[in-house]
Amino acid sequence: MSGFPILSLMLLVPLAAALACLYLDAKSARVVALVATLVDLALGIVLWMNFDIGGAQWQFTERHELFSGFSYALGIDGIALLLILLSVFLMPICIGASWNSIEKRVGEYMAAFLLMETLMIGVFAAQDIFLFYMFFEAGLIPMYLIIGIWGGADRIYAAYKFFLYTLLGSVLMLVAMLWMVHTAGTTSVPALMAYDFDPQAQTWLFLAFFASFAVKMPMWPVHTWLPAAHVQAPTAGSVILAGVLLKMGGYGFIRFSLPMFPEASAYFAPLVWGLSMAAVVITSLIALVQSDMKKLIAYSSVAHMAIVTIGLFAFNPQGLEGSMLVMLSHGLVSGALFLCVGIIYDRLHTREIVRYGGLAINMPRYALFFLLFTMASIGLPGTSGFVGEFLSLGGIYQASSWTALICTTGIILGAAYMLYLYRRIAFGDQKNADAAAMADLDVRELLMVVPLGLAVLWMGVYPESFIAPMRADIAALDARIARAKPEGDAKLAMGKEKPAHEEAAHEGAH
Amino acid sequence: MDWSQSLRLIAPEETLSFASLVLLLIAAWGGDKAARLISVLAVAALVAAGVLVAPALCGGAMGVETYAFFGQFKADAFASFAKVLIYISAAVSIMVAPAYFDRFKAMRAEYPVLVVLAAIGMSMMVSATNLITLYIGLEMNSLAAYVLAAFLRTDGRSAEAGLKYFVLGALASGILLFGMSLTYGFAGTTSFDGISASMAHGLSHGALFGLVFVFAGLAFKISAVPFHMWTPDVYEGAPTPVTTLFATAPKVAAMALTMRVAIEAFGEQAHAWQQIVVFAALASIVIGALGAMRQSNIKRLMAYSSINNVGFMLVGLAVATPEGISAMLFYLAIYVAMSIGGFVMILMLADENGNPVEDLGKMAGLSRTRPGLALALAMIMFSLAGIPPMFGFWGKFLVFKAAVDGGMIALAALGFAASVIGAFYYLKVVKIMYFDEPADVVKGQSDIWHKLVLVGSCVVISPLGFLLTRWLGHLADTAAAALFSGL
Repeated sequence: MSGFPILSLMLLVPLAAALACLYLDAKSARVVALVATLVDLALGIVLWMNFDIGGAQWQFTERHELFSGFSYALGIDGIALLLILLSVFLMPICIGASWNSIEKRVGEYMAAFLLMETLMIGVFAAQDIFLFYMFFEAGLIPMYLIIGIWGGADRIYAAYKFFLYTLLGSVLMLVAMLWMVHTAGTTSVPALMAYDFDPQAQTWLFLAFFASFAVKMPMWPVHTWLPAAHVQAPTAGSVILAGVLLKMGGYGFIRFSLPMFPEASAYFAPLVWGLSMAAVVITSLIALVQSDMKKLIAYSSVAHMAIVTIGLFAFNPQGLEGSMLVMLSHGLVSGALFLCVGIIYDRLHTREIVRYGGLAINMPRYALFFLLFTMASIGLPGTSGFVGEFLSLGGIYQASSWTALICTTGIILGAAYMLYLYRRIAFGDQKNADAAAMADLDVRELLMVVPLGLAVLWMGVYPESFIAPMRADIAALDARIARAKPEGDAKLAMGKEKPAHEEAAHEGAH
Repeated sequence: MDWSQSLRLIAPEETLSFASLVLLLIAAWGGDKAARLISVLAVAALVAAGVLVAPALCGGAMGVETYAFFGQFKADAFASFAKVLIYISAAVSIMVAPAYFDRFKAMRAEYPVLVVLAAIGMSMMVSATNLITLYIGLEMNSLAAYVLAAFLRTDGRSAEAGLKYFVLGALASGILLFGMSLTYGFAGTTSFDGISASMAHGLSHGALFGLVFVFAGLAFKISAVPFHMWTPDVYEGAPTPVTTLFATAPKVAAMALTMRVAIEAFGEQAHAWQQIVVFAALASIVIGALGAMRQSNIKRLMAYSSINNVGFMLVGLAVATPEGISAMLFYLAIYVAMSIGGFVMILMLADENGNPVEDLGKMAGLSRTRPGLALALAMIMFSLAGIPPMFGFWGKFLVFKAAVDGGMIALAALGFAASVIGAFYYLKVVKIMYFDEPADVVKGQSDIWHKLVLVGSCVVISPLGFLLTRWLGHLADTAAAALFSGL
């Protein structure tokens, strides 16, 4: 498989299909988009099968000096592999979710989504810092159009907010990138990851990158674009936004902020913890009082992303692995939840929770899957949500037990708002005649939720499949940031052993 | 330095001068019926001049052998880079004109001739190494431009634009002349090398005043804040093909002239003008962006956008390094492509009777009635906003890279942050075209030349443009090296 430019092919397939969709009528555009995303999914599986666990850190590398100032360099490690898999897995589901609900300008819609897919894969595969930036930024254009053209009533405000918020964050990052390249003399991401910047300068660089990734993530208090964008985006737009785009922020932290600025990361870790604690509690409470289903799930996304950030800034392998798993799990679960909302929205055209009720009676299959994803969102053992959240919180406990304590309340609050949502929608009496008359899932909808449900259970029951590819990369990252590791307040000790051994023992237990 | 070599060095200008005189004669006898023929010949002459310029550009000409007429004129790689852009812009503005003027029955034979005459003036501006050559070139360009702005004689707006351009242009020339006379008085010479030598050991107060006035005059010509006020009115009032010219060729010429004056004449005292340029750059970026927000006429919007872009280019000059100059030249090349695309786009926006549509509100929902046009305009807008992967991003990237490499990180951070303000109004245009309900006003058929030019410029500003970065970057680097070779 080596030498075959599979990553370029994965970029090219959706791009070519996107251009084709612009010229096709609605029916063929749907088919072309579905075929292209399925081809990319197949390529993604090929990628996974051929990924050599325990092999070189960077695999499937490609490098062409096409441009001056930066190069076309692609390559993935285990972390990028998993996020690419998440993207290609969600894309056919997004296309399926838009099959009937998008009626106007179908060709352009499919083109925008396929373009998004190219750019997302590009972000995770880019090995040149400027190439990364271009993919990262370019994603704004299709997302702006998706929200603005196919969104709900308040879509224009949401589209502007999304675009300008994220742009402001990113341009500061670009200045930092320019300085880094000037200082280190290379644009290659692996080389920059090994370069030791002056700790003084790291502070500024970290803040510039933080401005971008915190907005993308999104972290409290710069999360306000997210509920606006989610509520107004079409279902598939929400799925891709929650499923993959938010992961770009986490990926940015794990690929750039932590390995490139370890000292600054440690210095700012309390800030990140503080913001995450605030996010977990505040956004969970906000989610509790929402009357709009999508808004509720959007706020729960912010809370989950805060679990990701505390895991990342726990400075130990459990935290890092945990936050990666939360990202993957949240990608599946929040995507699935938005899909569940979309399914009933397509029938009743309202997102108001009070308009539904008693759906378990007339839509039993729907209620089953909705329950599964609700439980996964809460983090019930056996679902994907549990593994990641447990590892993240376990990781942060070693660094800061208070942070762990407060963030764990997020699990309780999460159970509260999710179960409350589920009760109001699926249980109780059938209050509204039109909601009671809704048909259960059809074949197309089953084809979308069943794979998601299986993936959620797989990740919950046997997470090793997903941890194995990234274990070596997480270990390398942990070794890289070990020198700046903040001293934890938990002082964990197993029996009479010292904390260092405890970690080693934990490593072996996987 | 003999006459034959001097005459060889100014071959492009000679070609254009000869062509313009011949075309004037054809116009005198042939009348307006010959307008098409004259247009074709004028484009041919500009292409020929471009071919004559190419060797100096590709060969990286610099040093003493590029001086003509005893140091009055310099045909180096830097001037050649600017000249190629000027000739392309001038040729395009001739090509797109007939379809527009025919609508008003105003396609007159003088139009191509005036454009060629302006091109000669601009050619001299970018090659000037002496204050006198500089002024002659500038005025030659300006006089032709005043007439062009008022070319639609029956249209009140066009006459107003011509008058405003003339009065403010004359004021700017006055300021420039005053600065030049002070500089001459304190340096004792009008040649750039001489001025530079006289300032090598410090800057007297009088010479400082001269420098400030020269830069103020040049700021008028490049429409940098705070001397930008004429731009929206002139851009709006002038016939659109003429606006296409104004937004491109004279901008390139004035920008190149500013670079040469700053580096070759005042390069020894860079710190004296760097703060002026930093202020002008940031002010242009911010005011260009804020001013554009409330515009409802797309030509006025493009005018503010050009002020905004000038601000970004000046960031490269503020650094005063070869890297900064190279970045500016590259930016100019991309800017020319974006502006040509933008204004040709405006030319193509016509209602069913063929009347121009300039009101943004009337472009609502363009993506549903004319998807191709809307896509092209969206590409141009995202490119002007500097959003990757559009090629416009690369221009901004290069100037800010030069700023960071030159140690001006605060300038880069502020400039980038201000570019977000600019993104707002570019997004507004996309929003009107893509999100709003169709107004269904734009129905006119487009001229084939307009389509060709639009497609050409869109290919350049598309992500495919990045494939040009190596080649164009090399040319810009040699051009910048030529500018610094005298130091």
